[in-house]
Amino acid sequence: MSTTSASSTRNTAPTQTGDRVFSGIARTAGLAIVVALAGVFVFLAIEGIPGFFQPEQFYKGAGSFWGYVDNLIFGTVLVATIALIVAVPLAFGIALVVSHYAPKWIAGPVAYVIDLLAAVPSVVFGLWGINLFAPKMVPLYDWLHEHLGFLPFFKGPVNPVGTTLLTTGLVLAIMVLPIITAISREVFTQTPVLHEEAALALGATRWEMIRLAVFPYARSGMVSAVMLGLGRALGETMAVAMVLSGGGGISFNLITNSNPTSIAANIASQYKENTPGTLHVLIATGLVLFLITFLVNFAARWIVARNERRMSR
Amino acid sequence: MTATLTTPPATSSTIPLTHGRLPRWAPGLVAVVAIAAAGLFPLLLGWGVVPWVIVSVIFYIGGLTLWAAVVETRRSAVDRMVTSLVWTAFAIALVPLVSLLWTVISKGLPAINSTFLTYSAFRTSLDQPVGIYHAIMGTLVITFCAAVISVPIGIFAAIYLVEYGKGNRLARGITFLVDVMTGIPSIVAGLFAFSMFTLFFGAGYRSGIGGAVALSLLMIPIVVRSTEEMLRLVPDDLREAAYALGTPKWRTITKVVLRTSLGGIITGVTLATARIIGETAPLLLIAGLTTRTNMNPFDGFMTTLPVFIYSQFQKGTPADFDLAWGTALVLVVIVLLLNIAARVIGKIFAPKTGR
Repeated sequence: MSTTSASSTRNTAPTQTGDRVFSGIARTAGLAIVVALAGVFVFLAIEGIPGFFQPEQFYKGAGSFWGYVDNLIFGTVLVATIALIVAVPLAFGIALVVSHYAPKWIAGPVAYVIDLLAAVPSVVFGLWGINLFAPKMVPLYDWLHEHLGFLPFFKGPVNPVGTTLLTTGLVLAIMVLPIITAISREVFTQTPVLHEEAALALGATRWEMIRLAVFPYARSGMVSAVMLGLGRALGETMAVAMVLSGGGGISFNLITNSNPTSIAANIASQYKENTPGTLHVLIATGLVLFLITFLVNFAARWIVARNERRMSR
Repeated sequence: MTATLTTPPATSSTIPLTHGRLPRWAPGLVAVVAIAAAGLFPLLLGWGVVPWVIVSVIFYIGGLTLWAAVVETRRSAVDRMVTSLVWTAFAIALVPLVSLLWTVISKGLPAINSTFLTYSAFRTSLDQPVGIYHAIMGTLVITFCAAVISVPIGIFAAIYLVEYGKGNRLARGITFLVDVMTGIPSIVAGLFAFSMFTLFFGAGYRSGIGGAVALSLLMIPIVVRSTEEMLRLVPDDLREAAYALGTPKWRTITKVVLRTSLGGIITGVTLATARIIGETAPLLLIAGLTTRTNMNPFDGFMTTLPVFIYSQFQKGTPADFDLAWGTALVLVVIVLLLNIAARVIGKIFAPKTGR
């Protein structure tokens, strides 16, 4: 940055009313963001903290809040993990195709379509998932159950309509795919051309060039892309609520009827029970979800910042 | 590094400087052979098309890699394998995305007609036609309110960060909080608006403005981010030229900095609007669901397009699903138009480099 004396000139110029008003407005807007986030914490806490100490009947037979939220956290994390395992390699693949493999006339339109898909509403993904995708997956689940049934993941019995944890994870994977792709494509294309050409001039094949020049340069961007995708997958509500037939305990059985649901989907499906006790419990689970996504984002920023410091040295 | 330096020259002279290369048509040939070889399975064992394609791809990658390993070097075999894997990933990912767009268009188009777009879902007898007019209006009103709240806050906060804050403690704090806000799940934003309005106006309070508050919580960080980026692109030379002419700082910002970055800012705002217009979860909680057209965001239930889709899904009959697909198409078209508009605006307002 070539910032020079932009701020020091202000002190020597005579202070004007217009200046004071304008900077006041700008500062207020900045403070409004601080207040808004404080508000989120305060109001969620006021309405949510009673949810930790409700009488037992509000926890659906789980006994205590932590017994109740355990299942949900497990479901949330499991679905998000499946989504990331599937989406991350694919996303990096697409990003590489767009940035380094494809000719320009393919890369341009594809990049645009992917940006567009990042904006497709989640409820549309949910509709597509339950109507089209889930039934199509049933033959695959039958096959998995038949041939890999000895694994705990595919123990079955197979859900006949396909509304399983695995389907949900795959739908989420398709949803986070454009986000991860868009960010990683950006950092891949920002690799200095000189680095790439130097690698090629030394006789590297294209893949070796990518491994030696592109990946090291883009690593922090790739990590933050994955973390953003993870945050999105953890907090996704509608697709999970629509596709997953929830209502089971903790189990790694991915293709059966009773699946643990996720925190967000549970809120969306339960909020209509308007008893104050249930609402407090739901808001408390929302608080837990907020903390989880906060930690994930925080970790992402930390990794990126650390890497930037190292790159700048 | 040291390993190559200490290598005796005798071995390095045995490394050939050239190696064989596969002909240009090799991938094509392997592809044809792989498809034909995998085609034996459907012929002999009666497999479907999907396993056929999967086995073909596996044959292709394996065959090409092996051939390259024999004729060329190991390194170039790895290169060819990765190239095919990357393109395979690309193809795999395109299948669901294309399927999604195709389904929305093919299932949504039959549902759309003038009745669908101009009637609300309110009816007094069962044989009356229904439409999504109420949901379109609800979406427009709530999104407009959210934009009215978040655009000024977002742009001025970005101005503070770039022009006034310059890395002081408050600016660093705001940057961090904007990062946190980016990660707020939409349902949590909805719960926040729900708790706040429930505390102030009593249980069971529902209104469009509550939804707008929740949405602006999601929109502000996007606006701040894109505006900040655009303001930072404005060269300092322009600012200093304005100061040198004796222009006060606020006039410099409004007349020089904002004017230069106007196109980028509008593009960012439009994209942010496209992002929040499809939000469902927060509105489900606080804006509620109704069949009538409600234009007053401060009073009463208000339906938006995504919530309408979800409610149709919950009813679950085929006729309801038809309506849901029609609504989904309308929603996707709106998002698409906003995206195109963002591009066009960015082009129109792009600062003229002159000369």
